[in-house]
Amino acid sequence: MTQAARKKIGIEVSLAVSDAVKQCDADVISAYPITPQTHIVEHLAELVANGELDAEFIPVESEHSAMSVCAGSSAAGARTFTATASQGLALMAEIVYCVSAMRLPVVMVVANRSLNSPLSIWNDHGDVMMVRDSGWVQIFVENGQEAYDHIFWSFRVGEDPRVLHPVMLNMDGFIVTHTIEPIEYWSDEMVKKFLPPFRPKYRLHPDNPVTMGAFGPPEIFTECKMAQEQALLAARPIIDKAWDELYQICGRRYLPVEKYRADDAKTLFLTMGSIGETAKVAVDEMREKGQEIGLVSLRLWRPFPFEEIKDAVKNAETLIVIDRALVFGGVGGPVASEVKAALFSEKKRPKVVNFIAGLASRDVQPDDFRQMVEKARAKVAAGKEDEYEIYGVRG
Amino acid sequence: MTKPADQWKWQELEPGFVIIEPGSASDYKTGDWKSMHPVWNEAVCIKCGLCYTYCPDMAVFQKKTGYFAGDYDYCKGCGICAHECPTGAITMVEGKE
Repeated sequence: MTQAARKKIGIEVSLAVSDAVKQCDADVISAYPITPQTHIVEHLAELVANGELDAEFIPVESEHSAMSVCAGSSAAGARTFTATASQGLALMAEIVYCVSAMRLPVVMVVANRSLNSPLSIWNDHGDVMMVRDSGWVQIFVENGQEAYDHIFWSFRVGEDPRVLHPVMLNMDGFIVTHTIEPIEYWSDEMVKKFLPPFRPKYRLHPDNPVTMGAFGPPEIFTECKMAQEQALLAARPIIDKAWDELYQICGRRYLPVEKYRADDAKTLFLTMGSIGETAKVAVDEMREKGQEIGLVSLRLWRPFPFEEIKDAVKNAETLIVIDRALVFGGVGGPVASEVKAALFSEKKRPKVVNFIAGLASRDVQPDDFRQMVEKARAKVAAGKEDEYEIYGVRG
Repeated sequence: MTKPADQWKWQELEPGFVIIEPGSASDYKTGDWKSMHPVWNEAVCIKCGLCYTYCPDMAVFQKKTGYFAGDYDYCKGCGICAHECPTGAITMVEGKE
């Protein structure tokens, strides 16, 4: 079971994330600075320059090049890390898709930030939803400890020879990245026990040449995509096992879908990312006043945990899904769309009410959750639960 | 590849569609892309080899006689050889061959 409680240190989360990458002994880091991800790669550059991490730090002229370098280094068999956000993710998007299709287990932190325009450096999930369908394993963390722990987890899952998929670790920009939090570090022995060396099945090497990213004519493209999707779906048991073993090593239990005071709740919130921490405070306050309220946090975004979501919400009457991104001209937020699709064939399912909240770090406080419950009840009473609402918008 | 592209099942592909057999691109006969093909008039040809030099797909070869001809398995019919020929010995003709 868990090791003796380890000392926590107060540190900016970005720096703790960099330290975790160092503890994973990454071979190549290639990145272009962009707020609010900058501190992560800045600190990694320091660690390499100071000789504390024996890695190639490759500064590039754009994010498109950053992900291209990552593709090349991972293809050569190097443990590879990068980080980005927002416009940077947009610029690298082309290669983001190549890396997953080529099954290269790059680990990337996305310090989630809105997409321009208007120019915003603040936090929401608009950026990552752009590459939602890119075939990467995608997870969200709520706080610094989760972010730090999941660096080890990301390399472990992605590089597993049965998985071989890149992993995107989403953490809310500023709200998580720039906060100084008490974080319990792993010892290097713990890392060694949890994370085996990266041994790819194929790598670019002159002694044993192979072709990667080949031409795929119509006669075979469909089979390539089928193989890619099946491999992502087949990663689920390994994803779960990695969380089990992480629990054995550090005593923290992570799940694809996590529940908080949810089992007997008539009304449930469903959140993704750091807003879940505020939701817990709101749930506690409402519970004290006798309301049967709970929270479901979605940690694993891709591959989407359909069965766990169905199970987590099956006894609720009302499910309030809070999205941190807008799908223009669609049916609401991306998380709500997915959850509704998951529940569509269920005989017993809650009414799903969708709020888009916290765009560009617009503050969402415990009282806002209380108001959302009131609004949700009114919507359900009026039979208008399908009308999503951009919460708190003036006008 | 060891068998034609339209016979592979998805389960048989290497992760990421890695190709482990060297030189397999030659199995892909790109010549069927063309709508016109070059024809050499040896009465005019001076064997200068500019068609061979300019062909972007290495689809022109020299015969034992010293004259040149097209490898229609790979010639895409781009017409660069006909355009560059200094004596007008090459004519683009409709059809694959």
